Formats: sequence, structure tokens, C-alpha cells
Amino acid sequence: MDAGSALPMWEGLTRSENFQEIFVKAKLLSVVMLTAMAATAGAQNLTGAGATFPNPIYSRWFSEYSNAHQGVKINYQSVGSGAGIRQVSTKIVDFGASDGPMTDQQISESKIKLVHIPTVLGAVVPVYNIPGVGGDLKFSGDVIADIYLGKITNWHDARIVKDNPGVNLPDHQILPVYRSDGSGTTYIFTDFLSKVSPDFASKVGKNTSVRWPVGIGQKGNEGIAGMVRNSPFSFGYVELIYAAGNNMSYGLVRNAAGKWIKASTGGVTAAAAAASKNMPADYRVSITNAAGAESYPISSFTWLLIPVKSDDPAKGKVLHDFLQWMLDHGEDEASQMTYAPLPKPVADRVRQTINQIQ
Amino acid sequence: MNEPGSIQLPQTILPERSEATGPVVEVIKPPSIIRSFLQSKSSGKFADGAFQGMMVVCAMSIFFIVLLILSVLVLNSKLSMHTFGWKFFTSSAWDPNVGDFGALPFIWGTVVSSLLAVCLAVPLALCVSIFLLEICPQWLRGPIAFLTEMLAAIPSVIYGLWAIFVLVPIMRDNVGPLLQKYLGWTGFFGGPNFGVGMLTAAVILAIMIFPVISSISRDVMKAVPIHQREAALALGATRWEMIRMSVLRNARIGIVGSVILGLGRALGETMAVTMVIGNHPDISKSLFAPATTLASVIANEFSEATGDLYVSALIEIGLALFIVTIVVNAIARLLVWAVTRGNSARAV
Repeated sequence: MDAGSALPMWEGLTRSENFQEIFVKAKLLSVVMLTAMAATAGAQNLTGAGATFPNPIYSRWFSEYSNAHQGVKINYQSVGSGAGIRQVSTKIVDFGASDGPMTDQQISESKIKLVHIPTVLGAVVPVYNIPGVGGDLKFSGDVIADIYLGKITNWHDARIVKDNPGVNLPDHQILPVYRSDGSGTTYIFTDFLSKVSPDFASKVGKNTSVRWPVGIGQKGNEGIAGMVRNSPFSFGYVELIYAAGNNMSYGLVRNAAGKWIKASTGGVTAAAAAASKNMPADYRVSITNAAGAESYPISSFTWLLIPVKSDDPAKGKVLHDFLQWMLDHGEDEASQMTYAPLPKPVADRVRQTINQIQ
Repeated sequence: MNEPGSIQLPQTILPERSEATGPVVEVIKPPSIIRSFLQSKSSGKFADGAFQGMMVVCAMSIFFIVLLILSVLVLNSKLSMHTFGWKFFTSSAWDPNVGDFGALPFIWGTVVSSLLAVCLAVPLALCVSIFLLEICPQWLRGPIAFLTEMLAAIPSVIYGLWAIFVLVPIMRDNVGPLLQKYLGWTGFFGGPNFGVGMLTAAVILAIMIFPVISSISRDVMKAVPIHQREAALALGATRWEMIRMSVLRNARIGIVGSVILGLGRALGETMAVTMVIGNHPDISKSLFAPATTLASVIANEFSEATGDLYVSALIEIGLALFIVTIVVNAIARLLVWAVTRGNSARAV
């Protein structure tokens, strides 16, 4: 390296005008930032994190609530139920959200006392792609469980044929598709299968991700939907809201009363109403395979995880007011977005519960 | 560091000479024109020192970053290391419900899919770069080179989408049955073929790393002096002999380097692979069977992982990926070293 080639660089760096210019810019910037901070100092900024399934309706609720209430801003990050539980337990965010209730161990490990507040309900539906066979195939829970256990491998299996008289099922291998990413959808689905099939409960069990004995994994509802659409003879499961939003046809599932039910928001709310009679005080209840002739069996609540006593009392008040608003106005918007609203007895109980939030 | 010393050399010698002749007379020669020009601009000593210091800090930050990554991975995977020990790397269990975790199927999936991808991509990439450089007519060179470089700029999620909608059906309906028919006896193409699995992942990886290997190896071959080629031709070599003797032989180190870069990208690729590999943690002989990789299991399961052991095991998977990358790179460097050592004398 010779001195000549380095010259222009040094020259540029040491020019004092350049530095002055930068200083002036930096000063201006800091002034702008300070004024911006001063303007927002009076506002309440809340951050929540958690489940992806209720993200569309939560985003709508929070933005409507912020518009209606000057100076309140609620940010929601749909990072997943597991991450939501972790972040609210360690006070990284002001509230959490989860598709599955917290376990006893998670509650005891949390640094702050939380209450589960059920908000809306969702459902999981079976989807399939069999060339020449239309929608409305019927699946009982134990058949679905055995497809994912690798015991039923052919569409022409006697048990599927028996449930679907008159349908010409092809003699072809089934390709089961499952969610490869951890998700509340998988939790609800495996929770249902574990209830109806003791074999599934012992070999696989329920969780946000499990060890599936057979099949292939795809990421997200869109991954499963894309796979099932493109692969003949495949079978998978997606959220009701996703199937409805994308005009996918899906199968019927037999409920605990022995009726074949096609998923709908009404069927989901019916399952919640049936389960609400013996609902525990902390709302941590599974409503899969619920009793009642109208109940859709693969349904679940989704919960907000709210600190009973927030570190900042002002934030606690915002949370309380928001939940009040949600029960008064927000629930009405749920069914427009194919979420099932809370049944009345549950909503009335939640109204009592939120009074303890400070 | 050297240039200031060499400029000042005459000045330091001068006083010594005057000492010998008589009374000490400090002979101060005026600095050279260049020196005085530089001094009028800035103080050379300070700038030199600052420049050197800055360079050292930048270089050392590499160590710092690697150390930071490693320590975070090790610290956060302590629980899993403590629970499973070395068995973590040899066990093929992955059951979040029971709390039993092992990394073997993921390591297997990562290594096999990447090596397979390199095997598919290297011949293709080398052929393309040799064609472009030595055989291609001028008017075709620009478009092919441009398209190759454009392939490198496509985000991996786009590759993944394309694979799901285009590649998977092709692999299922056309390529798969053909392989099964003619190569089924090897046992690598057995079992049901749904178009999603190890082979499809390797193919999409090969397409993704091909532009990297191709464009770098082309640059390396271009750097071989033209008289090397002319000499070979003048001695009566055919075109292929010329390419083999003077181009490939001289460029081989750079070519191996480009392959290492491609392999590095294949090992860490996440999104496109996750979309087509099937995400099933099993070790299977059949390339049609679904598999999974270290990177995709982290991307899939981290956000919803519940429980400390589960999170810790996933972070240890990250550590495993770190180690696999280092080991593979080390092996590749060893390869370069072995190749260059034997032939350096003949390579002219």
C-alpha cells in the first residue's frame, strides 16, 4: 500500500465541515426525538404476546379500542402460545395469550399471578383430497386417530367405508399431513384424539407439537392446506377460520352424542355451553368431545393471560377496561370473522372475574 | 507500518554519520514534498495509530462475535446437556410430551440433504461456468450470466413456494416413478413416494446453491492468465485438454472454495427445506421418505416450545448445527490443503 492511494480517504475523513454537518444533523435528530417522546409520555402503551390463532380478531379489537380511547395503545405480537406464556410469566410483556391453558407447573413458575380469560372459541376441521370424492366425508374420532397412528393406511379401509355408505372410496394409500410447527391447533386436535382413542393418548399424547408416528409435517395452516390441495389422497387438519376463509371443503366429525357434525360457529358455541356447566373457576377447561347433540367435538377456548395485579396500576386499569369493552362490544364482532363468541353463561362469569383485575 | 519507517530511514542514519566527523550537529533535512504535503493535511502519526487500532478492533470483533454466539448457545442449553449428556447427539428420540430429546435424525437430515445437494449442483455449476467462459458465443454469455446471478438473489421462501407447487408434483409423478423403476434395486428409492422428502429437499437445495458455485468458480477460472491457455493450445492441446490442463488445474483451489461456500449455504438453509422435506424426524434409507433438518426443527418448534427442557434442547440443536458447520468446513479445508500440497510444484 502506498501513501498516495490512502490519501483521498484521510482527506475526506478529516474535513472539519463534514463533522460539523454530522453534529448539526445529530442535534436536530435528538431534538425531534425528545419532542416525540414528550408527546407520548401521557399515553398508555401496552404490549401483549402470544397465540397466532386469535391474532386477526385481537388485532381488530385492539385497534378499535385504541381508536375509541384517546391515549391508549395496545400492541399485540402473535409469536405463538408457548412464547406468549414465557414472556408474560417473566414480565417481558404486559399480558399474554394462549390457545392451550397453562399447566400447573407453568403457573407455579410464573413470576406474576395470572388469570385465564376466555375470549373466543375456535375449531379444527379435517380436510382431505381424494380425486372423485367431494366434501362431507364422515370421520369418527377413533378413525382419525388410527390414520395418524398408521393403523389405517388405505382410503378403502373397512372402517372409513362403514362410516360413509354410498361413497366410492378408492383403493389408495393415505398420506397423513400434520403441523410441523408447534401450534395451538395441534394441541386442540391431539387433545381430542387423546380423549377418543386411548391408544393415541398413550402413544402420542396431547401437546403443541408431538411425535407423530407417520405422515409428513407442513408449516402453518397454509402449509397443510397447500399440501392437501396439491397431493391426491392426503388427509390433514386446519383451523375452521382458515378453511372457511379459503372456501375449503371439510369433513364431518362424530361428537360424543354420536351425531355427525359439520363444524360451524354455532356448533362450537354449543360445545362451550355444554361444557360451561361444570367449568372450573379458573376457566382452564378442555371442551373437546363435549356432550350435547349440537356440539362440534374439536373445539376450544382461546385465552388471554392477564396479571391479577399489574406492576403499573394504570396498565391494570387499561386491561380491566379493555376486557369490559370486549364483553360489551367485541364479542358481537366475533362471528363475522368466523370465531365463535362466548356462550352467555360463560360471558356472565367472565364479567365477575375481571372485577378482580387491578 | 512499514512505509513510515522506510521514509524516515535516511533521517535516523544521518546524525550517526555527523557524530563521527566532529561536534554534534543536528542535520535536519527538510521533509520530502510528499511528506510535507501529507503533514499539511493531517498528522500522520496519529492517523496511522488510529487506523491501526481501528483495524485491530474490527478484526478482533470476529472472535468476540463467535465467542458470544457459542457462549449463549452453551449457557442456554445447559439443562439439556446436563439431562442427556453426549447421548443427545446419538439418540433419535424427539418426543416433547415425554421430554425425551435427541439430535441424530436432525444431524442426519442436515448432512445428507446438503451433501446430496452439492453432488447434484457441482457438476452442473462447473459445466455452466466452463461453457460460459470457454465455449459460449459472445451474444449468449450476457443473458446466461445475468440469469445465473439472478437465481442467487431470489429469496428462499420463493424457492420453497415454487417447490411446493411445481417441483413436488414433478418429483411425485415423473421423476419418482422413473427412479423407482430403474434404480429401485439400490434400495435408495423404496417406499411410497409423495413427492415430499429428502430427495426433493436436496434438489431444491441444489438449485439454490448452484448460482453461488457457478458464479464464483467462473470468476476464479476467468482469473487464470490467458497465456496459460495460449501455451496449451500452442503445444497442440485440444480444447478439452486445454481446459483440463490450464484452466481447471490452475483454478482448482478457488473451485473447491466455491463448493465450500455452496455447502455452507445448504447446511444453514431453513425455509425452502422446511417446506418440502416433510419434517419427520426419522432416519430412513429411502430418499423418498420424509426427513428433517437442524435448522427446520428450530424454525418450526421454537416459538411454541413449552417447558425449560424443550427450549434448552432446541438451543442445543442450534449448538449441534454450529458444530456440524464447523466440522464440515474443517473437512473441506483439509481437502483444499491436501489438494494443494501435492501439486503445487507442477502448477504453473
